[in-house]
Formats: sequence, C-alpha cells, structure tokens
Amino acid sequence: MIRLKTEEEIEILRENALLVSKTLAQVGRHIVPGITTLELNKIAETYIRDNGAEPAFLGYGGFPFTLCISVNDVIVHGFASEYRLSEGDIISVDCGTFYKGYYGDSAYTFPVGNITDENKKLLKVTKESLYLGIERAVTGNRIGDISYAVQQHVEKNGFSVVREMVGHGIGKKLHESPEVPNYGSRGQGKLIQNGMVICIEPIVNAGSRAVHLHDDGWTLSTADKKNSAHFELMVAIVNGKQKVLSTFEYIENNNI
Amino acid sequence: MAKQAAIEKEGTIIEALSNAMFRVELDNGHVIIAHISGKMRMHYIRILPGDRVRVEMSPYDLTKGRISFRYK
Repeated sequence: MIRLKTEEEIEILRENALLVSKTLAQVGRHIVPGITTLELNKIAETYIRDNGAEPAFLGYGGFPFTLCISVNDVIVHGFASEYRLSEGDIISVDCGTFYKGYYGDSAYTFPVGNITDENKKLLKVTKESLYLGIERAVTGNRIGDISYAVQQHVEKNGFSVVREMVGHGIGKKLHESPEVPNYGSRGQGKLIQNGMVICIEPIVNAGSRAVHLHDDGWTLSTADKKNSAHFELMVAIVNGKQKVLSTFEYIENNNI
Repeated sequence: MAKQAAIEKEGTIIEALSNAMFRVELDNGHVIIAHISGKMRMHYIRILPGDRVRVEMSPYDLTKGRISFRYK
C-alpha cells in the first residue's frame, strides 16, 4: 500500500534529506587517496549524531555500518573496511538518517583524484539518467515512465541497468511501496500521485548487468569486475510537480 | 539504500496441490510452493505438472512464490 504524505510530513522528510546531503558533502571532502573507508564511515556517523539524528542503515536488516561504501566493481551495500582509497577509484557512498520519526536516503558516487575517461562517462551518464527520471515524476505519469527514461538513457550510452536492486518509497519506513525499478516500459506500474515521496536511484554497470552477491549477504558486485555507479535522490510529488528533497549542491559547490 | 527487488525465476511444475497451489522445481534445483496469480485464475489459465512457469519470489521468504506466467 502506498502511504501518501501530508505537507508537514514532507517537510520533515526534507529536513532528513538535507541532513543526508550535508553528510554526503562532509564525507566527500575527506575522500582523498589513502583514507580508509572505515574512517569515512566514522565521519558520517559522528556528523549524523552531532545533528541529533540516528544513522538509518546501522542495524537495518543487520547491516553493520552507517554508510554503504561501494568501491569500483562493488555495486551497492558494500561494507566499510581497512581498504585504502587509491587514485582513480570511484566510490559510491549511500547514506541514510532517521530523524523525528522519518527517514532520509541518498547516494552519490565520488571520483578519487583523476579517473579514466570511461569512468567519467559512467558517472556522467548515471547522474543524467537520474535527472531524466526525476523529470518524468509528475502526476498523470506512471512509475514505468520514470523507469523507461532512466533505462533508455543508460542503454543508449552502452551501459547496463542493474535489475536486482530498485528504488523505493520512503517515509516512516526506509523502504516503502511503491518500487521504482530502473528498467521498464512507459505507462506501466503505479500512477504517480500528489503526496508520494520516492527515492529514484539509477544503478548502472559499465559492463554487463550480471551481479554477484558476496558471502556476507550484502555486498553486491558486478560479475565481470567492471565498475558500477549509483546516484540517488529523494523526490516528493507536490501540486502535480516533482520537488527534489535532497540535493547534490553541497557536494558539487563545496559549500556547507 | 537500494531495495531488493522481487526475484523472478523459471521452473517446472512437479505436483499440483489443493487451492491452486503447486510445487515448483526451480532451474537452480530448489523446490518451492507457489500459488497462481489472481489474474491467471480469472482467465482460467490451466497449469499441469510438467509445465514451464515463471515464478516471482520475495527475497525474504525463499520457500514460497507466485506463478505469474505459464510458457507454452
């Protein structure tokens, strides 16, 4: 069942979304070659708690960290570890907060130092597909319209969409109905209505879309060991239009 | 954090049970119990042991599924 949110609820979700965006920017400023992913996890946890919120992923379904840190061929849900970032890596950081009874959830893929042109293109296409998807998130459209826009843009550029993981509604629970897949056809799926809050998150592989789940039950990596990128924003539907709750501005303009 | 999507698998019916439920052997060898979707019931899609079917499963309960398509 889809629970539609009132204006007040969307305001709280927005506070969550902004906190997540700021946390991602904090983490982003520390991403340099040589830092371990455990240190990044610590920075995020401290920052979230300092702002009076709780890390949402810690303990969610048994997940042991504040951040999902997925380096290079890891797609999503990677664990923080003693791994030291090195020049040329791409690192996807997915962060969630729990504040005033609601959740926030966003993700960004950072380049570490200088990266290859292919990686640059992967990040660019994934982010563009996210914005194309958001463009379709207006009343009268269906979830499938979002999915279609994302899939078309990704596949036109020769990359592939991961099907095992999908976007989701968000609110009092981290994962709510509806599911927002990154593949699909126009006019399919649930109707988009005012008051919906969804996380749109294209997850894109440079090579094939086949995935490999590690023995820890969480870490998902590409089967062909090629890189994968992941961007996620929270979007509310207000007065028939999309209102993007979280923002990448803190990260990209480096102001906080 | 990305949500785990419902898993789609293919399998073969090995036994018809009561209440439109079936025992299905998936291609990976697992045997699960699956019911047929309401839409398939509405359209009287008949399923017999030996038929190939597509099954939807949730990652949370890997012993049950929902038959969404019968291949001809």
